[in-house]
Amino acid sequence: MTIAMPVPDADVLAKRERIARALRAIVPGEGVIDAPEALRPWESDGLTAYRQPPLLVVLPETTAQVSAVLAWCHAEGVKVVPRGAGTSLSGGALPLADAVLLGLGKFKRVLEVDYEDRAAVVQPGVTNLAITQAVEARGFYYAPDPSSQIACTIGGNVAENSGGVHCLKYGLTTNNVLGVEIVMMDGEVVRLGGRHLDPGGLDLLGVVVGSEGLLGVVTEVTVRILPKPETARAVLVGFPDAEQAGACVAQVIAEGIIPAGMEMMDRPAIHAAEAFVQVGYPLDVGALLIVEVDGPAAECDFLIGEIARIADANGAVTSRVSENEAERMAFWAGRKAAFPAVGRISPDYLCMDGTIPRRRLPDVLRRMEELSGEYGLRVANVFHAGDGNLHPLILYDANVPGDLDKAEAFGADILRLCVAVGGVLTGEHGVGIEKRDLMPEMFSEVDLKQQQRVKCAFDPELLLNPGKVFPVLHRCAELGRMHVHHGALPHPELPRF
Amino acid sequence: MLEARDAADLAQIVADAAAQGRKLELRGGGTRAEFGAPREAEVVSLAGLTGVVDYDPAELVLTVRAGTPLAEVQALVAAEGQMLAFEPWGDPGATIGGTVAAGVAGSRRVTAGSARDHLLGLTAVSGRGEVFVAGAKVVKNVTGYDLPKLMAGSWGRLGAMTELTLKVLPAPRLTVTLTAEGLAPEAAHALMAAALGSNADVSAAAHLARGITLLRVSGFAPSVEARCAALPKRLAAHGKLSRIDEAEAAPMWHEAMTGRAIKGAYKWRIHLPPRLAPYFIDICGTDDWAMDWGGGRLWLGFDGPLRTPRKLAEADGGEAFLVQAPPEFRAQVPAFQRRSPGVAALEARVRRAFDPRDVFATGRFAEDADADAVSA
Repeated sequence: MTIAMPVPDADVLAKRERIARALRAIVPGEGVIDAPEALRPWESDGLTAYRQPPLLVVLPETTAQVSAVLAWCHAEGVKVVPRGAGTSLSGGALPLADAVLLGLGKFKRVLEVDYEDRAAVVQPGVTNLAITQAVEARGFYYAPDPSSQIACTIGGNVAENSGGVHCLKYGLTTNNVLGVEIVMMDGEVVRLGGRHLDPGGLDLLGVVVGSEGLLGVVTEVTVRILPKPETARAVLVGFPDAEQAGACVAQVIAEGIIPAGMEMMDRPAIHAAEAFVQVGYPLDVGALLIVEVDGPAAECDFLIGEIARIADANGAVTSRVSENEAERMAFWAGRKAAFPAVGRISPDYLCMDGTIPRRRLPDVLRRMEELSGEYGLRVANVFHAGDGNLHPLILYDANVPGDLDKAEAFGADILRLCVAVGGVLTGEHGVGIEKRDLMPEMFSEVDLKQQQRVKCAFDPELLLNPGKVFPVLHRCAELGRMHVHHGALPHPELPRF
Repeated sequence: MLEARDAADLAQIVADAAAQGRKLELRGGGTRAEFGAPREAEVVSLAGLTGVVDYDPAELVLTVRAGTPLAEVQALVAAEGQMLAFEPWGDPGATIGGTVAAGVAGSRRVTAGSARDHLLGLTAVSGRGEVFVAGAKVVKNVTGYDLPKLMAGSWGRLGAMTELTLKVLPAPRLTVTLTAEGLAPEAAHALMAAALGSNADVSAAAHLARGITLLRVSGFAPSVEARCAALPKRLAAHGKLSRIDEAEAAPMWHEAMTGRAIKGAYKWRIHLPPRLAPYFIDICGTDDWAMDWGGGRLWLGFDGPLRTPRKLAEADGGEAFLVQAPPEFRAQVPAFQRRSPGVAALEARVRRAFDPRDVFATGRFAEDADADAVSA
């Protein structure tokens, strides 16, 4: 395990009982969990290679309680880790030994739906899918659909700026949120955004979304809801190799088509998925594309024809168009089962999440294959092909000494490769702890310090979710200095980068 | 006026101003200089930072220097059958950097998102005189804080963007406008809400004071034709829709999008929950208005120095921007609505995180002056 968390504060550990008493006074009843065996279920999120029982867990039910908990912790210098459903794949909700874990699971109500102006006000513990379920009877849905949508909460989605297979067409969380209520570390409650588009002033909402729980605790979210598309159709296309599949993707977009989803799987992923769910994926192809279009029926029929034509022109060897809803769902069943399917063929796997410019896909896959040979670890690839978001799954066995370290080193090499070809460390899973130490691959010291100054504006004592996102957390006083002496900056002759 | 040659040059200019306690006003084309309070600050022009850095249409990504004229950028992407989907607009001379910094978006914003939603990455010079990058040059990225969101619409209060990476999208092959005539604001809102809430993919909806409602349907021809055939039946209860020529529709969309036809010398732009638009129009008692975004954006004009839009928005929800007025009125009435004390204090701290010496706090925005009260 290569990622080190901050050394726990012995003073805080020593006053654990007093903290529990104080928090019980704020959240009575079952709202505070401190028995060691009861903390066990909370010791990890979706990045299960890392486990740490929290100092204790608090489960408030009202914004006032959240505010009081944070204000008390702020006054006492106690760190807080917010948590939604705990499905983060990057360790964003990993507890700390000396931090209170603040769970928002009891905020489960849909507060208001405005169908006419297409907005829903919900509490942060409402699951992503539950928003859609609350509005679908009237023909609406909430567009971002991370694969964990039956479990993950909208509060967690806001923290992580979650995406999903449909985000090329419909955007990430940030493009679908109108406003939030957040509680800051000192207990102050503020509302950012509202029920209208493009408020004035600085777009603080824009920076809170995707801030990974480091800026504030979300206690209410206003999202946009969209009319459910009339229909959806998908085409399943096999290619001899990923290069041709990539060329097909590029031509679909060049011809002006933005599909609702465009997913690619490589040979190991196809085989693992087909062995698991038997949906009739072709096994003799090097790459498989699922292209889905949604919208008015006339549009879907037209676009499916266009996509099939483009696929043929790019060397497709198999091509099937969904003729009904059951068949469309079958196409997706394999893709959606890809992660557990890989879990069946390997005791453990690490899921990576880089984004690359799509034109570099063949180079990246080739280099990944070389790395796979060098590390002696297999890799299967699923790919949000439309937006270049790559999910290599690195297969390893945690019971083999050194295998996890090897897998992590392999993963880090893949992410460095993504950055080197012009891409990024994470397309949708977040930095968390997982990619924290790789941040300097993408950002200079100056860039990272500028981001941290924003953190300081929200949480100057650095008490909220510390140890995540930033490889080094500088003290805010140090970041604020401009080193101006007698009205002149040092070395005024030097350009400042 | 100072003219920045490149990011390093600009960093030096800003660092000098910070060291000497001077103020700088960042300017692209200067086409929106009358927004905000009158002020006296040294102007730094970014209009010299021009040119395309990288554009690969198949990647849906364009990287361009901030001073590049907006019209040039739009022509460039149009030549590849693409568009800036937030439909930015401006007077001749407007730059891409200035347009994004002003958070400008057109009628398509209601379905496609605003400038903030299409700014993927940037290089900028902070008020500290440091060159930094944020975001990235790919369409999907959550690495680090989303500082591009903060910079879009920040009106040069945090830093100077020198290079912007924008998401581009395919332009629709066919666009058709359907209109209804003679509807009052309330009925027009109901029609637009039904259209935008239908699954016929209406991409924009506007309503002009002379009683014309506009619905935009765009995409591939077979789809557009099918939807245009279906919509009049589906929305029959709300009004009679007919198809008009795009040559006739274009100037009307332009009117709704830019508020250009507002006659009053005191011009307001209000962003609000759409259902409130008819009420605002009624209370304001003017016939000088236009609704865009299905009612979510309302342009209002007055001949005199009324503050009714601001008071209404403060009371009922939404935000009233003072867009245009004689200087003495702009000196008294801030361009942005006042935030709650908590948000104002937070905003001031975030601003100082980029500009600790207030180099860009020229007095154009009242919030800047409040910062001292907040930190004192």
